[in-house]
Amino acid sequence: MGAQLRVYRRRIKSVQATKKITKAMELIASARIVKAQNRLHASMPYLTQLVDAVSAAASHASDVSKHPLTAKAETQVRAAVLVITADRGLAGAYSSNAIKEAEALTRNLTEKGMSVVPYVVGRKGVSFYRFRNRPMGGEYVGFTDQPTYSHAKEIGEDLLKAFMTPSPEGGVDEIHVVYTNFLNMASQETRVRRILPLEVVDEVIDSSEPGNANPFPLYEFEPGPEEVLDALLPRYVEQMVYLSLLTSAASEHAARRRAMKSATDNAEELIRSLTRAANAARQAEITQEISEIVGGADALSA
Amino acid sequence: MADQLEVAVVSAERALWSGKAKSVSAKTPEGDVGILRGHEPMLALLVEAPLRIELEDGSKVLVAVHGGFFSVDSDKVNVIAETAELAEDVDLERAQAALARLKANPDSEDLSALRRAETRIQVAGVAKGVNTR
Repeated sequence: MGAQLRVYRRRIKSVQATKKITKAMELIASARIVKAQNRLHASMPYLTQLVDAVSAAASHASDVSKHPLTAKAETQVRAAVLVITADRGLAGAYSSNAIKEAEALTRNLTEKGMSVVPYVVGRKGVSFYRFRNRPMGGEYVGFTDQPTYSHAKEIGEDLLKAFMTPSPEGGVDEIHVVYTNFLNMASQETRVRRILPLEVVDEVIDSSEPGNANPFPLYEFEPGPEEVLDALLPRYVEQMVYLSLLTSAASEHAARRRAMKSATDNAEELIRSLTRAANAARQAEITQEISEIVGGADALSA
Repeated sequence: MADQLEVAVVSAERALWSGKAKSVSAKTPEGDVGILRGHEPMLALLVEAPLRIELEDGSKVLVAVHGGFFSVDSDKVNVIAETAELAEDVDLERAQAALARLKANPDSEDLSALRRAETRIQVAGVAKGVNTR
């Protein structure tokens, strides 16, 4: 076998092996999208109940806008940005889109005179900030493809602690989260949401709209409306973090599936063109051998 | 309205249990509360303790709830817990190991972890008792 032909054959084999891997990753990612979506749906009843209860408690509590979690600080000096990225690469532009969005938000907040503390989920984001030597308020890695509520709770507790610390002591006055919303299998988009201070007042108005003519029943609160609200608002924040993690996980799998699908397609394309080249090389080799034999015979008979 | 309570137990990760029941008893920061049909609307916090749901046929469903709250309104009871486990889902050995570890280390300030482990063991222990009867 000629040298050239051997080189082509070797490359075809290597591309075929790569294609098998990307195809497998594509299938795994598609299975996980469904799983992540199911988890997202499974957590919805909790959210609805929680929002109802928060609204009910807020409508009974004396003054919600004075609650430490809903009150806006007079001077805003520091903001926290929670960026949700992936632990692993090979997911197209998923992580870099989230980081880009977070950077845009950071610029925006800096222009308003606030300093920004990043809280980062996912190894990709952590290495981005670490490489640039930018200090992080918190880093959370190892669960982005399958986040559980305890992860969200951990992050939520850290964020709440930072929020409750007065700003002169290094606390933050605002908390934003950058996550990737899962619209459908084909499209996901990066979004920014402010989670603290809470805008509970809007929700109360929403749920008492004329179409929803049944306001909250006259609940008896135990121990009391304020205490119930105190206990519920942190849960609400944690749930927001949890939902962001879940929808980002679904988006991560979708992004990975898409990236792996195009990798598989590219590998197929490459195999096709390499096969053509290998065939041409084989034929050229045969032609050359024939002409050598004919030339040799001619030389003998001459 | 039906002559039974409609109960739904929901944790942050999934809907855990739902169905009709005769009574529900839960523990709030102010003490134990029992709920029967016709209870006034109520919204109360839960502490780490077993939640008992008694069905019409007298059998009981036990849930280990770890923080959360429940609401009662027109014979509908919604239990919303951050984390909750049905008795049969509790990993008894793990909970006992956790309890032993926490008791061996009394200066640890993680009281809620201790109470969680105790709740799990109570729930699982009672469930086992029912099964062997």
